Amino acid sequence: MKRWYALLTLVALPAGAAPLAVDLAKSEITFQSKQMGVPVDGRVRKFAMQLDFDAKKPEAGSVKIELDAASIDAGSEEANTELVKRGWMDAAKFPKATFVSSSVKTLSGGRYEVTGKMTIKGNTRDLSAPFTVKTQGNAQLFEGAFVLKRLDFKIGEGAWSDTETVADEVQIRFKVLAGPAPK
Amino acid sequence: MTRYTRVASALHWLIALAILANFVFGTWMVDLDLSPAKLRYYSYHKWLGVSVFLLVLVRIAWRLGHRPPALPAHMPGWERVAAGVSHVALYGLTLAVPLSGWLFSSAKGFKTVYFAVIPIPDLLAKNPPLADVLKLWHLSLNYVMALLVLLHVAAALKHHFMDRDDVLVRMWPFDRSGSGAKS
Ligand code: HEM
Repeated sequence: MKRWYALLTLVALPAGAAPLAVDLAKSEITFQSKQMGVPVDGRVRKFAMQLDFDAKKPEAGSVKIELDAASIDAGSEEANTELVKRGWMDAAKFPKATFVSSSVKTLSGGRYEVTGKMTIKGNTRDLSAPFTVKTQGNAQLFEGAFVLKRLDFKIGEGAWSDTETVADEVQIRFKVLAGPAPK
Repeated sequence: MTRYTRVASALHWLIALAILANFVFGTWMVDLDLSPAKLRYYSYHKWLGVSVFLLVLVRIAWRLGHRPPALPAHMPGWERVAAGVSHVALYGLTLAVPLSGWLFSSAKGFKTVYFAVIPIPDLLAKNPPLADVLKLWHLSLNYVMALLVLLHVAAALKHHFMDRDDVLVRMWPFDRSGSGAKS
């Protein structure tokens, strides 16, 4: 039975290996925004991810991430109440933000870079993020960081588009632990 | 008449003005709707508060090195005790009020960055339930301090208009021309 199932996934996923088993409990997407020079930490509480990566064939890797807009913790209750509103994430109309990779390339020093399309609030932009991969037992730990400009996605409209108070740049960090593909 | 030193008098009035301003400003800003302006005001409030804290430290250091003029001879023992106790309490509160604001801010998860440049270390880690308690402390200490300031002002006026002694005049910052000559 198991063997049949494995054969089926092979057929269903023509490119590369089967997706890895992402351990969401040990993975995190955090970010740091700045207001009046004060760094404020936040995180995305709910996200789903399909990840495929083999260090022997990095270019064949791919990732698709779906972030739950209403689950973003921007650091305080007041900020969270504000963030779901129309001028910010407009979570009622755009419940999901997505990232879909288009390519992965190898950088020097054992680093890689994923490039793809980020869609937030109906705005799509190309983004690249460098990352590293470490082996942990039979799992792999993916870690990376990049800067997202919130105004590219109209996060914070009207008075909030003023970057003197809340900076445009948001530092995003990700840490993803993924085990081998389920057999 | 022996006066307070110029430094003691300057610090006294500078701190008094800054505290009054920050008290009124703090009370006003908390009721505003969330906006970039409100975030800026919160920062200004913190910067002014931190300045008060630093000035009070300088003031206490100066006070320890410079004995103030003696109290008028007509004062009964209980008045001397009341003056001594309330002055120590005022030094304590002028430190405790900004200190509680800073601790509250840390517990809330917002580092204080003096003039948006100098980060002030957090003594407390982010802890929202504790932040709620500290917010109440910041507010309560403010009201205790305000009450004591009213008493302090009333006492100064009594000295000036009823006892007709030099207690208010010797701290007064202006018209120091007759220093020592006025009786
Ligand atoms: C002279 C020093 C200070 C005075 C007289 C003062 C006074 C006040 C007053 C009267 C309020 C309004 C409280 C209310 O009505 O709820 C307030 C709020 C506040 N203060 Fe201060 N404060 C001082 C220093 C500081 C410092 C140093 C900080 C932080 C570093 C700070 C942080 C805050 C914050 C964050 C609030 C808003 C509380 C809220 O969100 O409700 N304060 N302050």
